[in-house]
Amino acid sequence: MFRIRFHGRGGQGMKTASRILGTAFFIEGYEIQDAPRYGAERRGAPIFAYVRAALEPINERGVIQHPDLVIVADDTLVPAPAAGVLAGADEHTVLLINSHEEKEIWKERLNLQGPMLILPILEEVEDRAELPFIGATCAGAAARLVGVISRPSLEQAIHDELEHLGQAIVEKNLHKSLEAYDLMAEQSGSATPSPVRSAQVWENPGWIELPFEDACLSTPTIHAGATSEMLKTGLWRTMRPVIDYEHCNRCWWICSTFCPDGAIPVKEDGYPEIDYEHCKGCLICVAQCPPHAIAAIPEHKFQEDAPEGEES
Amino acid sequence: MKRLLLTGNGAAAWGARLAQVDYIPAFPITPQTEIIEAIGQWIDNGEMAGRMVTLESEHSMITAAGAAAATGVRVFSATSSQGLLYGMEMLFTVAGWRAPFVLANVSRGLSAPITLEPDHNDILAARDSGFLQIHCSTCQEVLDSTIIAYKLGEDAGVRLPVIVNQDGFYLSFTREPVEVPDQEQVAKFLGQFDPENTRFRASTPESQAVAVLGGAPYSYFRYESHLAALNAIKVYDRIADEYEQLFGRRYDAVESYRCEDAEYLFVMLGSFATKAKAAVDQLREAGWRIGLLRPRLLRPFPEKLFQQTLTVTKGVAVIDQNISMGKGGVLYTELASVLAGSTEPAPLLVSFIGGLGGRDITPEEFYEMAEVTKKAVQEGQAPPPRLLYTETDLRETRKLQAIAQAERSELGGSE
Repeated sequence: MFRIRFHGRGGQGMKTASRILGTAFFIEGYEIQDAPRYGAERRGAPIFAYVRAALEPINERGVIQHPDLVIVADDTLVPAPAAGVLAGADEHTVLLINSHEEKEIWKERLNLQGPMLILPILEEVEDRAELPFIGATCAGAAARLVGVISRPSLEQAIHDELEHLGQAIVEKNLHKSLEAYDLMAEQSGSATPSPVRSAQVWENPGWIELPFEDACLSTPTIHAGATSEMLKTGLWRTMRPVIDYEHCNRCWWICSTFCPDGAIPVKEDGYPEIDYEHCKGCLICVAQCPPHAIAAIPEHKFQEDAPEGEES
Repeated sequence: MKRLLLTGNGAAAWGARLAQVDYIPAFPITPQTEIIEAIGQWIDNGEMAGRMVTLESEHSMITAAGAAAATGVRVFSATSSQGLLYGMEMLFTVAGWRAPFVLANVSRGLSAPITLEPDHNDILAARDSGFLQIHCSTCQEVLDSTIIAYKLGEDAGVRLPVIVNQDGFYLSFTREPVEVPDQEQVAKFLGQFDPENTRFRASTPESQAVAVLGGAPYSYFRYESHLAALNAIKVYDRIADEYEQLFGRRYDAVESYRCEDAEYLFVMLGSFATKAKAAVDQLREAGWRIGLLRPRLLRPFPEKLFQQTLTVTKGVAVIDQNISMGKGGVLYTELASVLAGSTEPAPLLVSFIGGLGGRDITPEEFYEMAEVTKKAVQEGQAPPPRLLYTETDLRETRKLQAIAQAERSELGGSE
């Protein structure tokens, strides 16, 4: 059975990628399962979708624990623990990263045992959440890497999944997807199916006895406010608002008031300051600022330009 | 007949469409909303007849469904989890009206704490409501069961509403190949709904089971509902035969997978049971004589079918994706009652609780459950019920507790 996982951000079309690949497998005569994983999903938040494909009926279900192929649409997610990009990846797993950077850099960074491939980003975009046609691109690459999907089947799958969006959009997706399909020609068939784990010998799951604990500990209650502070939603940001203090006129803090996440506190000297650990990059502050003193820059550009060791 | 890729939600919507339902009262809730979205779109496009009305709550939605069914039209509705519980008063009430309709439930664990992922405490809370329950394990089964549910509920010997249950995420958002039967064939199979004396009309008021009754008549009506539910087993078997003849897919009241010559069995409900099938295949390959029994019908409970298969085995691992606080697994309790009351030798039942709030069950855990059951049989003693929970699960929880603890002290809350 083939097990493929797509990782990206809300808005990048990972569900679409899984559906295109699922449909392409189906056209090739495979039994399939495709599914997105939703949580409190939002644009920019890490999400994933997965596909199973086999020539016999599929009994396995749920999130893929041991993938044969992992495709990452947005390389800024690779180091984010919350995205779980590398979960269950081993020496069998092919990892394909959509990135500006070279394979060698990623190899050194991640020190993984399995094969690694790069899907080069060919065009520059401001907002990574809007990488154009990235879902179809990833699906095209995946279709070639599994080695059992023909070009016409991929084309048909894109038509089937996207025709409700109109011919112009289908054409653009087709172009990008087939481009990625052709780009992976040399690696065709490098992602191979793995068997169901055998019951001859198995690793003990290591169940434990859940201890009885007093209600003061075992009640799901937090008697304190501001608990959402612990969730670093800054990770979702693809565009970064930056205050130009030369032009900030310390008005009555319209940016701070409009910020839907309370992520712009006002300092003692009267200047607002953006809390980048929690700012999701909605850019409402940019739109509201009366003297236009807040600019928006692509987060990945900022990260690239930031001096070593400066995270946010 | 065409084979499409459909989610469990899409399959439920197709079931309602092919049953040519007349009325769909609706209220959205994750992970069910896609069902009513699909139906809404079909009605807008003119691909489906029928009238859809959005209500202000599930309580009103179930009331509207029961009231519409009482006029003798074909009704479909859908909900999940908290929504099912919000409509709970009316579930019991409309079942007592003996006006059949079909309700899709997409199982999701109950609050508190809150989750979006599946377990069966929502649907099991409706166990004693008078609704019949069909539990599905694939998207194909969701579509077929929805159609079968109309035939079952509308049968003159039953006339009870039916819930068709599927697991959130594992089916609701997962696409699988689904054969969609032809409309004419489904219409032929279902026929026209003959509501007999179910013909409430708004312009001609009449009362529907609202009189305050004493114990004797009350008992009569309640027990008659029970007898109708029991009768539904026989009716279901007949309908399953008819369905197989027309559509080529067989749905026994209890699915029996590789149970021939089995010494050991897994018993569980819902979509996680297909994982048990995969485990059975692997265990058989490793030399085990093991199978899976999966009740499709939970109400009525197909007791005889269970008796026949269970009593010839040595040990049974009952896996409950639910928990009755202060007792344990609901399915385990139900199976125990099947084996009681007879002097025949009975297999050893071993109770496992797993998959709460969508917590996954791995292949290794199925193998281990088989091993624990085998050992229990050898020792002649069942171990205490086992929660499928690992050191890693606890570590994840401890991390959250540590954060909570830190926040309490930092923010001046109580210890």
